[in-house]
Amino acid sequence: MALFVFGLNLGVDFLGGSVIEVGFSGNRPALNDIRDILTGAGLADVVVNYTGDGGALIRTGELSENEHQNILAVLKNGFSGLEEKRFDSIGPVIGNELKNKSITAILLVLSAVIIYIALVFRKLSKTLSPWVMGFAAILALLHDVVVPLGVFAVLGNVYGVEISAVFVAAALTILGYSVADTVVVFDRIRENIIRGLGGSLSEIAHKSVLQTLTRSLNTTFTTLLPLFAIYFFGGESIRYFALALIMGIFLGAYSSIFIASPLLVWLSRKK
Amino acid sequence: MKNLYFIITLIIVSLALFVFVYPQGVEKTISSMGWKLEIVRQLPDWKFPNVPFRLGLDLLGGTHLVYEADLSQAGDLQAVDAMQGVRDVVERRVNFFGVSEPLVQVSGNNRLIVELAGISDVKQAIELIGETPFLEFREETDKTRAILDAQGAGQRLNEEPFASTGLNGRHLKRAQIVFDPQTNVPQVSLQLTDEGADLFAEITRKNIGKLVAIYLDGVPISIPVVQNEIPDGKAVITGNFTPQEARLLAIRLNSGALPVPIHLVSQQTVGASLGKESLEKSLTAGLYGLLAVSLFMILFYRLPGVVSVFALAIYVLLVLAIYKVIPVTLTLAGIAGFILSLGMAVDANVLIFARMREEIKAGKMLKQSMEEGFKRAWLSVRDSHTTTLIGALVLYIFATSIVKGFALTLGIGVLTSLLTATVITRKILILFTGRWFESKRWLF
Repeated sequence: MALFVFGLNLGVDFLGGSVIEVGFSGNRPALNDIRDILTGAGLADVVVNYTGDGGALIRTGELSENEHQNILAVLKNGFSGLEEKRFDSIGPVIGNELKNKSITAILLVLSAVIIYIALVFRKLSKTLSPWVMGFAAILALLHDVVVPLGVFAVLGNVYGVEISAVFVAAALTILGYSVADTVVVFDRIRENIIRGLGGSLSEIAHKSVLQTLTRSLNTTFTTLLPLFAIYFFGGESIRYFALALIMGIFLGAYSSIFIASPLLVWLSRKK
Repeated sequence: MKNLYFIITLIIVSLALFVFVYPQGVEKTISSMGWKLEIVRQLPDWKFPNVPFRLGLDLLGGTHLVYEADLSQAGDLQAVDAMQGVRDVVERRVNFFGVSEPLVQVSGNNRLIVELAGISDVKQAIELIGETPFLEFREETDKTRAILDAQGAGQRLNEEPFASTGLNGRHLKRAQIVFDPQTNVPQVSLQLTDEGADLFAEITRKNIGKLVAIYLDGVPISIPVVQNEIPDGKAVITGNFTPQEARLLAIRLNSGALPVPIHLVSQQTVGASLGKESLEKSLTAGLYGLLAVSLFMILFYRLPGVVSVFALAIYVLLVLAIYKVIPVTLTLAGIAGFILSLGMAVDANVLIFARMREEIKAGKMLKQSMEEGFKRAWLSVRDSHTTTLIGALVLYIFATSIVKGFALTLGIGVLTSLLTATVITRKILILFTGRWFESKRWLF
């Protein structure tokens, strides 16, 4: 929902534009002061945010190198002890290209995963269509990716957090990793069916989920541990990357239990 | 016994890997022991080979520039050749900065990527790279021969032996590799514009029997002798060229002649201080991540947990060694991928141990439970690793250079952990079977 209401706050990686990150050796000046100095220098469309401890992010439209140097000179004049830490400037063409590439990449991963699951589980075709399994897994996956996107849409609106190219990396990793949880459950369902465990499909699914619950939680937990380490100690630049992964991987465990398996049962019953 | 040998080999290999990954630490330890141990003091002052990690721009500080070339002005020159020419020129310009390992590569059809690590004056670099290639013809003066002779002996290197003629890249229509119809020796033919032809006729008339130097970006690339006056603007540069050299020269001349204009479309610059800070922070994060995962595994899975932590340590050494050997350029995202892979590396162990416990609970003997655990968990392990690999692979193909690092470290991690988490854990774990351990089942 949030995704549709707020829309995504796409970063300069996708839209094109410039970002300057500056650090201050002394006290950090007020955001308004920075903004005033910049608009005074002729920058119309400018957004300024604090970042990390003692830094600020300045976002503007695309700057040429000359404009960049001018702005930097103005800033250094206005605030002593100011140091430029990072400067990104991305043309709109590159941004668009990245957007298209990202969408293609995500679609490619999704279809590769469906095909892989269908291949792995093809032996079951008598009782369960492997494509249904693939489909159920994909719906669960979409959920894993869409929910973090929604959260970031909110974050983008409230805190000005932007979706950058790294976020796509997070999304693809979630896709690749979270399907593993689903596969573990499905694997168990397959084994139980082959073993000739009695009961309806929903009973088998229920049993299988219970049997695999601990290990699903544990694999998720071991993966989340280092991610939390990155989130807390890894520094500003990759904090949100870690956050996206944390959400996605957590949801991955949740969805394979509460979405993929019920879906599998439901879809098979309909036939 | 066979297993014992395996373990001994494993320990030796691990030690070797450790020395390879962190030679500074080993040297420090040895030199600090030198005060206490007579033997160490008598060893010659021996250094371990130190292959450094290759760090990305966002950790070293530096700039990543993307240029786009306007190929519509390349005329009938092939796009590939035009880009190759631009690349050569930019590379030569970049080399002036004395940046270590600059990267200049053609990307796609009309893009040029330039990466400069640890550079302080990005502005100057951009100005220098952005200029269109400059080709210039220069002629002899009275002093030319004397200066050239002296330079041959390594003197008067600062003096410029040739004088400008006013004929430059603007006047060159195109350069082409041709073969002498009689001898079949490769040559480079030049075709000049009308204005250039007039200038060239005058220059060649004045300089018959003398040298005319062709300069590209201030560096002489060819110094032919003028044989006779050339009035029609068609010149041939002969020399002892291999076809390859002649082709290269033609490309260079074309890049000087045909100013395929390039313009900057993307710039990403990271200050050295931010890079250093990021590196330190991500290393801290990695360490805490490793500790947390280890602790969890030991608490939850007890003895097998300890074994998996041992396998995890080998995993870390192995992966770091692979980073050094390939070498993998470590970016911030790449290190994140590595840290993430620490958690994934034990996933296989979790799957296996969980299965093992089930079998043990079912009352089977330890050894049998282990074998069942490994066997039955294998399918899940394989599937989960494959799907993660698919993600990493697609990411690697589609992503920009900064994110590529993440995909690469993640992919290497997934593959390596498949080995350490299954083969190594299994070999070690099998040692802990037998009657004594049957009575200590709580350890599992």
